[in-house]
Amino acid sequence: MSFIDRNVRAFLMVELLQGMLLTLRYMFRPKVTLNYPYEKGPLSPRFRGEHALRRYPNGEERCIACKLCEAICPAQAITIEAEPRDDGSRRTTRYDIDMTKCIYCGFCEEACPVDAIVEGPNFEYATETREELMYDKQKLLANGARWEVELDLRLRADAPYR
Amino acid sequence: MVEFWDSYLWPLIWIVIKILVIVVPVLIAVAYLTYAERKVISAMHLRRGPNVVGPFGLLQPLADGAKLFLKETVIPSSANRAVFLIAPMVTFFLALIAWAVIPFGEGLVLADLNVGVLYLFAISSLGVYGIVMAGWASNSKYAFLGALRSAAQMVSYEVSMGFVIITVLLCVGSLNLTAIVEAQRGMWFIIPLLPMAVVFFISTLAETNRHPFDLAEAEAELVAGFNVEYSAMTFALFFLGEYANMILMCAMTTILFLGGWLPPFDIAPFNLIPGPIWFFIKICALLFIFIWVRASFPRYRYDQLMRLGWKVFLPMSLAAVVIVSGVLVTFDLLPNAG
Repeated sequence: MSFIDRNVRAFLMVELLQGMLLTLRYMFRPKVTLNYPYEKGPLSPRFRGEHALRRYPNGEERCIACKLCEAICPAQAITIEAEPRDDGSRRTTRYDIDMTKCIYCGFCEEACPVDAIVEGPNFEYATETREELMYDKQKLLANGARWEVELDLRLRADAPYR
Repeated sequence: MVEFWDSYLWPLIWIVIKILVIVVPVLIAVAYLTYAERKVISAMHLRRGPNVVGPFGLLQPLADGAKLFLKETVIPSSANRAVFLIAPMVTFFLALIAWAVIPFGEGLVLADLNVGVLYLFAISSLGVYGIVMAGWASNSKYAFLGALRSAAQMVSYEVSMGFVIITVLLCVGSLNLTAIVEAQRGMWFIIPLLPMAVVFFISTLAETNRHPFDLAEAEAELVAGFNVEYSAMTFALFFLGEYANMILMCAMTTILFLGGWLPPFDIAPFNLIPGPIWFFIKICALLFIFIWVRASFPRYRYDQLMRLGWKVFLPMSLAAVVIVSGVLVTFDLLPNAG
C-alpha cells in the first residue's frame, strides 16, 4: 500500500507542488530587507561605535589625563600626553586614537572615571584614506560636540544597569 | 532601377524591418526577464531586489547591459581565440533565429514553414554547439566539465521532448505551428495531454539549463560552468542567448499545449483581446513558473538528472505516444484521416 502511495505522490508531484505553494505564499509576505541608507535598524544604548571625547555642560573638557584608558587598551590604540595647564589643572595635550588598531571592546569607556571617552552610536565613518582614521584630540572633541545629545541620552538609558 | 527596387531592394528592406520588429522586443523582453527574475526571487526570499536604479529599479537591466558593454573582453592566453569568440555568437544567433517561425497571432509569423516544429526542434538542438565550443575553446577544466554536462543533459532531454512533440503532432496532423494552434480552437492540448505537457515543461527546464537542472553552471562545483572564462560582451551574449532560449521554450510550450494566441474561452470579454496579447500573457505565466521553480527547488545531482531523463521521462513519453496513437485510431479521431 505504501508503495502505491509513494508512487502516486511522486507522479502527481504532491511534494513539489506543496513546496512551490510555500514559496508562492512567501512571495506575498512583507519584505524584511532594511532599505539601508534610508532605513536603519535599532541600536542598543550599549552599542560601541565611533569614539568621542565629551565636555561638561560649561564647556570644560572632562578628560583629566589619568591615562587609565591608555593603560587598559588591549590594542594599544590610544596615545596620551599631558602636562598641567596654566591654571594648574591636569589636561591632555595630545589624545590620539588609531581607529585602525581599535577593536571596539569598550574598555576605555569602562575605565574612564569621568565619562570623558565614550563610544557613540555612529558607525558610518568610513574614509577614503588610512590617515583619516588616525583620530586626534581635536577630531574626538568635535565628535563629542556633534553627538553630545545622543551620548547623554544613551548614558542615562544605560546607567541603571551599570 | 524601378524594377530593381520593386523586386529586390524593397522586399529585402521589408524583411529586415520585420526581423527588427521581432528581435528588438525579444531583446527587451530578455532584459526585463532578468529584472523580473531578480524581483520575483527576492520577493520569495523576503528581500527587495533591485530598487535603486530608476523607479522600482526598472532601469537596472540597462545599467547591467551598459556595464557589460563597457568592460574589457578578456581572452585567456591558452584559449583557442577563434572558437572562443565564435561560441557566444553561435549561442546568441541560434536563440534569435528560432523566432522566425513563431506565430505571434493569426498570420503574424515571419516564415510560415510547413515543418515549423522540426525547425524549432533542430535549432534548439543546435544550441548545444555554442556551449560545447565555449567549453572546449576556453581550455579550462571547469568550463570543459560544464560543457560536457550541459551537452549530455540537453541531448538526453531532447529525446523525451521529441516524443512529447510527436504526441501533439498525432493530434494535429501537421508540423505547421499555425496549424497546431488552430487545432486547439476547441480545447487546448494541455487538457487531454496534461501529463505530456508537464513532461514537456520539465524537459524545457533541463533543455535551457535552468534550475533545478542547472548542473552546467553549478556554482558550488564548477564555478560557473562553460562560461567561466567569458567576460564583458562575450558573456553578455551567452546570457542573452540563454534567456532568449527560455522565452523561446515558453513560446513553444504555449504553442504546443496552451493554444498559442487563442483566448481561453471564445466568448465576449476574452476574444476581444488581440491574439498577440494572449500569447504574451501565456509566455509570461510560463516564465513566472520558470522563476518560481528556481526559487523553490534545490539542484538535482547529476545521476538523478540522468535517471529522470532516461528512466522516467523517456518511458513515459514513449508510452504516451503508443497510448495517444492507440486512442486516436480506436476511436477514429485521427486528423486528416483518409
